[in-house]
Amino acid sequence: MHSSTVALAEQFDDLDQQHEASSLGMWVFLATEIMFFGGLFTAYILFRNFYLPGFEAGSRLLNVRIGAINTAILLCSSLTMALAVRAAQMAKKGVLITFLLLTLLLGVTFVAIKLGLEWRHDYLEGFAPGVHWTFNGPDWRHIELFFVFYFFLTGIHALHMVIGVGILTVLIILAARGRFSSPERYNAVEVAGLYWHFVDIVWIFLYPLLYLIGGRY
Amino acid sequence: MGTATVEPQIESRVHYLNVSYGIKSWLLTTDHKRIALLYLASITFFFFVGGAAAVLMRLNLITPEGAIVEPATYNKLFSMHGIIMVFLFLIPSIPAVLGNFLVPMMIGARDLAFPRINLLSWYVFMAGGLLILYSIITGGVNTGWTFYTPLSTTYSNTNVITAALGVFIAGFSSILTGLNFVVTIHKMRAPGMTWFKMPLFLWAMYATSIIQILGTPVLAISLTLVALERLFHVGVFDPAVGGDPVLFQHLFWFYSHPAVYIMILPSMGVISELVTAFSKKRIFGYSFIAFSSVAIAVISFLVWGHHMFVAGQSIYAGLVFSLLSFAVAIPSAIKVFNWTATLYKGSVSYDAPMLYAIGFIGLFTMGGLTGLFLATLAVDVHVHGTYFVIAHFHYIMVGGAVMGYLGGIHYWWPKISGRLYPEGWARLSAAIIFVGFNLTFFPQYVLGYLGMPRRYAVYPPEFQVLNVMSSAGASILGVGYLIPLVYLAWSMRYGPVAGPNPWGAKGLEWQTPSPPPTENFEETPIVTEEAYAYGTEETQVA
Repeated sequence: MHSSTVALAEQFDDLDQQHEASSLGMWVFLATEIMFFGGLFTAYILFRNFYLPGFEAGSRLLNVRIGAINTAILLCSSLTMALAVRAAQMAKKGVLITFLLLTLLLGVTFVAIKLGLEWRHDYLEGFAPGVHWTFNGPDWRHIELFFVFYFFLTGIHALHMVIGVGILTVLIILAARGRFSSPERYNAVEVAGLYWHFVDIVWIFLYPLLYLIGGRY
Repeated sequence: MGTATVEPQIESRVHYLNVSYGIKSWLLTTDHKRIALLYLASITFFFFVGGAAAVLMRLNLITPEGAIVEPATYNKLFSMHGIIMVFLFLIPSIPAVLGNFLVPMMIGARDLAFPRINLLSWYVFMAGGLLILYSIITGGVNTGWTFYTPLSTTYSNTNVITAALGVFIAGFSSILTGLNFVVTIHKMRAPGMTWFKMPLFLWAMYATSIIQILGTPVLAISLTLVALERLFHVGVFDPAVGGDPVLFQHLFWFYSHPAVYIMILPSMGVISELVTAFSKKRIFGYSFIAFSSVAIAVISFLVWGHHMFVAGQSIYAGLVFSLLSFAVAIPSAIKVFNWTATLYKGSVSYDAPMLYAIGFIGLFTMGGLTGLFLATLAVDVHVHGTYFVIAHFHYIMVGGAVMGYLGGIHYWWPKISGRLYPEGWARLSAAIIFVGFNLTFFPQYVLGYLGMPRRYAVYPPEFQVLNVMSSAGASILGVGYLIPLVYLAWSMRYGPVAGPNPWGAKGLEWQTPSPPPTENFEETPIVTEEAYAYGTEETQVA
């Protein structure tokens, strides 16, 4: 129990209270995130209803296959994150570091594909509103609006991924230093996991909204 | 007088103010009480900056053709006044100062759940605040605090992006404060402190926090979209390229209508404390007041459309929003009736905090009732965008929120500083503020009803008498605000020592020394009695 008393911040009475507080804190934070993305989703859906043909045409210009690959990568990363939390609960240092590294790797891959492959491709094709826009077909104004939302939504999501990657890096360093050597200290990993899963879930909504319901299928 | 003899008393004991010295001990503190004081200093500064803008506006409106500034400068003045007062004073005022100080003390905790996040919130707030100041110094903004499109996105050639970014950043500090309070109130209550034994101030803070958490992110995305549209000239809100300016209003007011409850709910919480403490009587209808705070928080998210009655919103949406706006008056009225009923047969004393509380009840009632005029579709068409709206808003925000804030600052000042403020001066300034406030804003109801539009630097000559009255009132109000600044600062050093409970009030915060030790309580209190158990224990009927 000595290690656990060290882990207890002075404002808390015991570890249970501290764990509950940090978990609740993350849930409350995720509630703000839901409102953040919720406002954007609402605006997107409204405009999609106003300008259905343009938005469907815009959606058909995206690469579904890359989106699907990224979806698979994120789902795998959620699995490895969950396994990392389990490893932290059991204080298995080696397993924990392995799974955290795997999660980190998958997250970086996602961002690399998203920004390096997809965004770059869209930019070169001239689908970057306000920056590089060359598309002049019918409905181009509405297709441009679709791409505004596409870049903003996926950009904000990618930003959250990058923050998540930063959190994972910190966790890996802490884990390597033996911070999670006792099962009572797993809470930080669990809270980071909540965040990671949330960012995944946002993508689970983004993928169909942007790629799939475009009248393609 | 007397200070020389009592000086040793207050210095001999270690408390949160003298536990360490130096600028670092303040800038790196995680003590919620010290962070509250950091906020107090910051928002006081912003209050007087925003107030200075208001003074210039009122000076300009003394003559019909505009006395001192160009119309373009006037536009920047009212924008500056609105942005600073709303985002840098009213929203953080009670939560970040009194809430930070009192939430842990009232529930018997040593600190908030996340002390470092609490400090972070102050830094984030200052970053946003200084960015807003920078945007003003380098040329200002002319969109008003509402950043309406397409003015903000297309036509304005002022520092919209910088100011919006400042508001965006300051918003995160509000979220962090709300998050901290929710977790603290849920998880950190002392043994025996059940939800229904909590002081009503905490219920108000909890309801406020919910709004901060759920509303602020929506403001963040709306302002981000405005910035993106300005930067990349893409048309999210610009109708010329397929966007929708009314969408901005929907997104903006989805936050900003609840935001006015972020500003008034904490004040209502303060008033609940003041009315009981100075009536020496249990509050009337505890659970009604508690739940009315939660009800206001919930309904506040459903009324934003009443800002768009004349903005091309469908008439059916207007009907529903009108009805829901009437509904929000019910929990507000419940509070007013219960406060009044608490006074009945109480031993009422008229110390300065109580004067503010009584002022609040009267002015808030007027502001609330005129809100009902504005929620009525047909009346709103007549007074929309006039000084009637300005007067209504200021009766709630200044007559309500600021009165509650000042009342609270006076009431808890002995706890915060360990010293008593000079009661005579405090009563005098409360009276000056009340008179000055009414002289400033009551004529604006009349002006608005007669048709004077808001946000104009010039006006027809027949409105001059009322405008001069309003400007005269504003100068009285300004004096009223300066007096407390002086005597509160004075009392920190020269005021008589207060002792732990100068008011004879109930509540955990009064059971610990003033100023409190860093850990608030020598040992964690165990709560056995309900809140506001005034009178002898035997006469209390559960």
